[in-house]
Amino acid sequence: MSFTKILIANRGEIAIRVMKTCKRLNVKTVAIYSEADEQAPFVKMADEAYPVGPSRVQESYLNIEKIIEIAQQTNVDAIHPGYGLLSENAGFAKRCKEVGITFIGPDYTCIEKMGSKIEARRTMKTAGVPVIPGTEDPVKNVEEAKKIANEIGYPVMLKASAGGGGIGMQVVSDDAQLEKAFDGNSQRAKNFFGDGTMFLEKVIENAHHIEMQLLADHFGNTVHLFERECSVQRRHQKVIEEAPSPLLTEKTRKNMGDAAIKAAKAINYANAGTIEFLVDEDQNFYFLEMNTRLQVEHPITEQITGIDLVEKQLEIASGKQLDIKQSDLSIKGHAIEARIYAEDPKTFFPSPGKITNLSLPKGEHIRHEIGVEEGFTVTPFYDPMIAKLIISGETREEAIQKSMEALEQYVVEGIKTNIPLLSLVLNSKAFQEGLTRTSFIRDYIYPNGK
Amino acid sequence: MNQVVASMAGSVWKIVVQEGETVSNGQDIVILESMKMEIPIAAEVDGVVKELKVSEGDFVNEGDVIAVIE
Repeated sequence: MSFTKILIANRGEIAIRVMKTCKRLNVKTVAIYSEADEQAPFVKMADEAYPVGPSRVQESYLNIEKIIEIAQQTNVDAIHPGYGLLSENAGFAKRCKEVGITFIGPDYTCIEKMGSKIEARRTMKTAGVPVIPGTEDPVKNVEEAKKIANEIGYPVMLKASAGGGGIGMQVVSDDAQLEKAFDGNSQRAKNFFGDGTMFLEKVIENAHHIEMQLLADHFGNTVHLFERECSVQRRHQKVIEEAPSPLLTEKTRKNMGDAAIKAAKAINYANAGTIEFLVDEDQNFYFLEMNTRLQVEHPITEQITGIDLVEKQLEIASGKQLDIKQSDLSIKGHAIEARIYAEDPKTFFPSPGKITNLSLPKGEHIRHEIGVEEGFTVTPFYDPMIAKLIISGETREEAIQKSMEALEQYVVEGIKTNIPLLSLVLNSKAFQEGLTRTSFIRDYIYPNGK
Repeated sequence: MNQVVASMAGSVWKIVVQEGETVSNGQDIVILESMKMEIPIAAEVDGVVKELKVSEGDFVNEGDVIAVIE
């Protein structure tokens, strides 16, 4: 059964990205929008659009019952959750199932299993996937944390089990720092996620953040679509991603792909998913977490494999069998994604406001995913990412060169953006040499703070 | 008397002081949430919090007065 109409429970560039594939496949689209997004481009692009509530996400894009109500009234076959918002909310996926609307993503039980970082670690360790040395159970208090930290050796990473986006996460180098950080991070995690459970992991030095893209159907077929290197981050969020990674050897790539497939099979995963790993410069890799949804940076994988991941998501969710085998897949060329954030390029503070001028670079090797337009006001209610610039090249050098050229021609006026930072990264010798560690911005761009 | 103003538009996520409390220069008064980032707004003088002009959950625009310190 193919879908004839789907609802997109998201906003901005990702709503548009999903609609592009739907239009190509003749699938009708329903958008939902908050008060702040009434004039947004994704609302105009949809075949139908309905208000979902006030500007704050809790009252609109996270309002599960309202979204289900709109989905039922518009008679859609399925709901695509995009990324962020409700995409990894097991309760939402379960609710969709209860009312007989297909959730375009994995079964809610997979989301539950991977949503708790402690449980995910345990599951992966059992499945034989390497995990970062650390605690298997929640750390009860700071005394126990100190004991464990001394066993695995400082520096250690203090993490919130329910965490995400770097919240509740801190590197500590000794007992005193751990004592100072424990309660505060636990409290922040409790405030943000309603769960203050903490655990500890050893810090992997000179680590790269590299993730494997997976596709799995409901018939036990699972393939990986190679890796994305996502090490260049600010505030623990990705800024520039590339595929393939300049670090991995062919052997490590294969081993990580096999491990990722093993991880997915261990939880009977179906749909698109991503296994994030930390990889050190000796090619050792460790499971970090699984993202049970489409990733922000999925376009670079599409560029090097020629596969439309959203199309595959729809096919898998509608019950079709995967029509690609691992042996069909290969890496063609190199792709880089630069995320355009509405923020100060030095302090990383948000910069909401009206876009007074917008002019995008054009070219065959350039792909834009963008959620705004000239005259649109970027509001303070949502994530600061307003667009993604995706560049393809025959080689890494060519992709970097073309990315730098494209960024020079990328004009956004009226708000501050991180474009100057993106240019600094791509122009740096360290990036060009592939020294893209997770500490990149601190090591090479702003060594004196930030 | 010194006014503490919002440095950007956002929601008041947390108020971390109370009226009548003695605060020092650089101490956080409220934490705003804007574009999914927490932005602490600090006092720029030593003094006593005379009035809090916002409540948690309120939306403030850039330049809005958040608190008055005496």
